[in-house]
Amino acid sequence: MSDPQNPAETRPAPGRMARAWQSDLAYSFRHSPVAMISALVVAVLVLSAVFAPWIAPHNPFDPGSLNLMNGFTPPGAPNAFTGDTFLLGTDDQGRDVFSTILYGMRISLFVGFSAVLLAMVIGVVLGLLAGYLGGWVESVIMRTADIQLTFPAILVAMLIFGVAKGITPPEYRDQMAIYVLILAIGLSDWVQFARVVRGATLVEKNRDYVQAARLVGRRPFSIMIRHILPNALNAVLVIATISLALAIIAEATLSFLGVGAPPTKPSLGTLIRIGQGYMFSGEWWILLFPALTLLALALSINLLGDWLRDALNPRLR
Amino acid sequence: MMKHLLLAATAMTLTMGAAQAETLRWARSGDALTLDPHAQNEGPTLAMMQQMMEPLVLRNPAGELEGALATSWTVNPENPDIWTFTLREGVTFHDGAAFTAEDVVFSMERALSENSDMKGLISSVASVEANGDYEVIVTTKGPNPLLPASLPNILMIDKDWAEANSTVDVQDVEGGEETFASQNVNGTGPYMLVSREADVKTEMTRFDGYWGIDEFPMAYSDIVYTPIQNPSTRIAALLSGEVDFIQDVPVQDLQRVEDSDELKIMSSPQNRVIFFGMNVSDELVNGNPEGGNPLADVRVRQAMNMALNRDAIRQVVMRGQSIPAGVIMPPFVSGWTEELNTVPATDLDAARALMAEAGWTDGFSIQLDCPNDRYVNDEAICQATVGMMAQIGITVNLNAQPKAQHFPVVNGLESDFYMMGWGVPSYDSEYIFNFLYHTKGDLYGTWNGTRYSNPQIDEMTQAIAAEVDLEARDATIAQMWDIVKEDVVYLPVHHQMLNWAMRNEVGAAVDADDQVKVKYFTID
Repeated sequence: MSDPQNPAETRPAPGRMARAWQSDLAYSFRHSPVAMISALVVAVLVLSAVFAPWIAPHNPFDPGSLNLMNGFTPPGAPNAFTGDTFLLGTDDQGRDVFSTILYGMRISLFVGFSAVLLAMVIGVVLGLLAGYLGGWVESVIMRTADIQLTFPAILVAMLIFGVAKGITPPEYRDQMAIYVLILAIGLSDWVQFARVVRGATLVEKNRDYVQAARLVGRRPFSIMIRHILPNALNAVLVIATISLALAIIAEATLSFLGVGAPPTKPSLGTLIRIGQGYMFSGEWWILLFPALTLLALALSINLLGDWLRDALNPRLR
Repeated sequence: MMKHLLLAATAMTLTMGAAQAETLRWARSGDALTLDPHAQNEGPTLAMMQQMMEPLVLRNPAGELEGALATSWTVNPENPDIWTFTLREGVTFHDGAAFTAEDVVFSMERALSENSDMKGLISSVASVEANGDYEVIVTTKGPNPLLPASLPNILMIDKDWAEANSTVDVQDVEGGEETFASQNVNGTGPYMLVSREADVKTEMTRFDGYWGIDEFPMAYSDIVYTPIQNPSTRIAALLSGEVDFIQDVPVQDLQRVEDSDELKIMSSPQNRVIFFGMNVSDELVNGNPEGGNPLADVRVRQAMNMALNRDAIRQVVMRGQSIPAGVIMPPFVSGWTEELNTVPATDLDAARALMAEAGWTDGFSIQLDCPNDRYVNDEAICQATVGMMAQIGITVNLNAQPKAQHFPVVNGLESDFYMMGWGVPSYDSEYIFNFLYHTKGDLYGTWNGTRYSNPQIDEMTQAIAAEVDLEARDATIAQMWDIVKEDVVYLPVHHQMLNWAMRNEVGAAVDADDQVKVKYFTID
């Protein structure tokens, strides 16, 4: 509905994309090679995990499709019995390592994202409540957080995993393992979010605009969500990015210890555990490729988080 | 005071260590499950206890029966039910008490008492009596020519010690009980317990009052036993010199050890067969699928037997270190024949046809319980089996856990499909039927997790224990094997090869039963 008579309408207003492209954040991104490379690596890895069923030559999670005789095939060379060739070789069960990495990364990323989301929701809600309400609510929440901080997160996750495994009936354990992992890592990681959000809430809640909102008769819930939370979001975003890398590592650690993803549906950590058994015997590819993938994934997310922290910090501009 | 003792001890170890390395640092995948000699009839448990306690008759590394606490044994020519064992004189327990006939009576009766896991070994024994201090009369429930061969795993403990520490009753392992005897030892064996932390470390030291101290090499003054579950950590511990001797060598690392100048491998075919057991009763533990328990149908079991590709397991998972098995009897056992051991050809089409015939065209789903620290590549074999079963439509959920959790599940009849291994210390088929095929009860069938119950097999099992005519006995045994093979009660996988790895100077005495007896070890 443009009107050619009106000169003001002939120059279109910058669109959403264009405005985003010209923002400070995007400017900083375009001038940081580390951020761009990291983002590229993350994008490639995430996309290949999401589209694994179309990219991967085999489905390693379907045990019926595996041929044990393909086991221990070196990368790129034909198998001595079957003559099949695999890009990155096969593991001890004859699973194609390349396909298994793609499928395993799906688990790692799914667990990582979901766990961080869970931790974020718990942490933000508890942090807002503690900061805004104060009093005994704050004491209970923050002391719980302090107590939990005295344990290493992985220990808390193992505890939760052990309890959950004990109460799930054995026939559902394999299906439940992934959700239990999410729960375990999510619950062990909410403290960071709660602390930051509480700090921001304490600062904001005495500001004039909050007081004004209160005078107008806004309900506390609405004030917390509409007025205070947006001011803490930058910090939450940075923590979430760095937590994602940590959550992926935590998942790999748990699976490496044999308490995470089941061996029939391996995640990156499970694959590394399997490969570790063949370190001395010359089958290096079973360990190396999943380990490199995990490294690339965790490192680039971490670097991206670092860049985001600096870019959003007004003091560093 | 304590400080001085410690200093002196440190000084002693230092000087001794400088002269020669006399401590045998020994590692394997799992720990002994208990120290109560009659609570668990399990290989690694017995292997550790054999250093500290002794039987009347033992099997030496050459596989021959040898007098340990008994010097000789004879059967009464008039009445073949009566055996006389003459005991070794001048033997003392670690606490200094003398070993006499009453200790033998006590230990044998304890091994036959409630909760004992050793009952099946000596189920033919009716009574044990002392005749003076150094003679024991054993009466059997019928002639049992193989009685001495069933004794090597019946270890002797001191009656007074057990009574003084109120540990007369055998520990109830399935009930999760711990007793004085499950944590302490007072035996007559060549080594004494110094300290033990379950699943972490067990230390033993040479018993200077041992009766055979001049008779056997006994080159090592101390033993430190460390369970290391992870195979590559275990092999790394050997390569780095942290331990001197390991059992359960991962097959993929044999070459690596052989290539090392400081290490060597000692091998032998092992007296141990690996197999899967299935719940053949009407009810599955985790609930029946619609149409009843598929495993109760022999055609389903035959199909599973055909789907199991033993050759692939041997080539890939075991790297050639196994012999495919068609029967759950190690080749050492009397009654073993090539024909019995014939492995069914892997034939997926025939297997699928059998599944369809049994009404399970669409397959079913089942949980497989598997140990992950007991047999060579146990978890990898189970994983491979998951894939093979999937090819005939059976969805298998794998539950791999340490043996300390796995065995109670099997023995508590809480598993529908499980992996197990079996060695036969008596080298006789009766031992297998007694423990694994007889209807599960208090005295017989104690390791039968399949719920298989065949009155004919039960009757024959009890009959062969008392059969003196060896020819008739062999014929009955052959007939029994035919019956159970036809019923496909178990899915045999393979016979393990035994590999021990050690530093060059360790003069180990390899034993087909995988039973380490350090008293025979030398230092080269």
